Amino acid sequence: MSELLTAEGLHLHFGKVAALDDVALEIHPGEVVAIVGESGSGKTTLLRVLAGLMPPQQGQVLYAGEDVHAMGEAARRRLMRSDWGFVHQNPRDGLRLRVSAGGNVGERLMAAGARHYGNIRAEATEWLKRVEIDPARIDDMPLQFSGGMQQRLQIARTLVTRPKLVFMDEPTGGLDVSVQARLLDLIRALVADLGLAVLIVTHDIAAARLLAHRMLVMRRGQVVEQGLTDRVLDDPQHPYTQLLVSSVLAA
Amino acid sequence: MTEASIEAGYNFGYLDENTKRMIRRALLKAVAVPGYQVPFGSREMPLPYGWGTGGIQVTASIIGADDTLKVIDQGADDTTNAVSIRRFFNRVTGVATTEHTAAATIIQTRHRVPEAKLREGQVLVYQVPMPEPLFRLEPRVAETKRMHALADYGLMHVKLYEDIARHGAATTSYNYPVLVNQRYLMSPSPIPAFDNPKLDRMPALQLFGAGREKRIYAVPPWTEVKSLDFEDHPFQPARADAACVICGARDSYLDELIVDDSGKRHFVCSDTDYCASRPPVQDAAA
Repeated sequence: MSELLTAEGLHLHFGKVAALDDVALEIHPGEVVAIVGESGSGKTTLLRVLAGLMPPQQGQVLYAGEDVHAMGEAARRRLMRSDWGFVHQNPRDGLRLRVSAGGNVGERLMAAGARHYGNIRAEATEWLKRVEIDPARIDDMPLQFSGGMQQRLQIARTLVTRPKLVFMDEPTGGLDVSVQARLLDLIRALVADLGLAVLIVTHDIAAARLLAHRMLVMRRGQVVEQGLTDRVLDDPQHPYTQLLVSSVLAA
Repeated sequence: MTEASIEAGYNFGYLDENTKRMIRRALLKAVAVPGYQVPFGSREMPLPYGWGTGGIQVTASIIGADDTLKVIDQGADDTTNAVSIRRFFNRVTGVATTEHTAAATIIQTRHRVPEAKLREGQVLVYQVPMPEPLFRLEPRVAETKRMHALADYGLMHVKLYEDIARHGAATTSYNYPVLVNQRYLMSPSPIPAFDNPKLDRMPALQLFGAGREKRIYAVPPWTEVKSLDFEDHPFQPARADAACVICGARDSYLDELIVDDSGKRHFVCSDTDYCASRPPVQDAAA
């Protein structure tokens, strides 16, 4: 199977701090890859570099054979609203809070050229159902939604154009545990349904185990260990991974 | 016209020749890229921003001694602003002025397009308060520029979607956004949506000047101008469902007047020249 996204030799330093130090990875179609590590280990920076939001100082990112950072901004934006999706940690960053739920879901469709109100609305209704939001609330503002609903709305908005690759930055951060569990279930079902490739950044080892096929462990800008999720978590090789796995609290 | 009829001490058209040249360069660029907002060095004019400084600068740059000027304010030739601007140009250029749409070569307008069809060779100059059609949706100017550059106009449709979801129809009744030449999103200046169809493939040249915002844009003759809409909610220009009490017109844009203390309403044509060109109706009440 050919890779969807490959990155090699990524370097990025903020002054003396190495946020990325010779990072390489690849993502195959339909694969869920988790990046775990402590705060400041460079996971979010890696995500931003891979998504083309931030240029690396060295190295390149290829999407379907094309250099993400060499293509023009127009092409990158087109990618962002068609083939890619980005789910922010804080739904407020990914949603328009003063635009109704239906408008939020419809925005990507309209940006992609949909010009039929009835169809856009039908599609938005369908997606609200899929993410377990009552379709009767289609005209409500996301401001009136709970945190968990906002996050689910953001996912609906991102997935409505059926992207091939979705970047998720701590999608369950800031939600309480029962809501997190439902959201993880939902993401897992949608990912399997749509055959999405997902790159998920998280510090929550349990979430990574539930969702990811493969896992990369980052520390100080370096990938210290990578492999199948179960292998990494059940048989950690690197001392830092061992520490990380043993620090997970058992309920 | 001779130099003698110009107010002493002023250059022809009030602006100095270098300024006119600078504005003409901006105009050429604007005509070359229909709907694109060209920045220009807007000058202080002898009237406040918001009273038509952009339109006056454009008119001053293109006017010649053999032009005939018409100025309208909300369609009317006889309101304070229209009268003042017409007198201003008469004093600083000495050109002939007119109230007849057909007789004018340059028509400076605030918030209306004349009812009479314009022809090739005429120039329509709009006074524009806010040239950026996206400014209520996206507060960052840098971001709106990027959106124009990439033709990324999904946001404008989100606004339309919201209108229809909430009110059942597009509620924008003036300054209704248009797409020019299938490329640039443009604010038609605050003309009523009723006038939008007149912009499409108009034989006359249309120039837009925004003095405070320092932007000029243009629609060349015969250019496609399409009001944004949805396939199943097509654009519908709004018009009061009434006839003009003076001339009985049912096809013109109407102003609503409240004529007594009990709230009695009259509708009259907003375009005074059009109204005067038609035979008056017999007053049924008289």
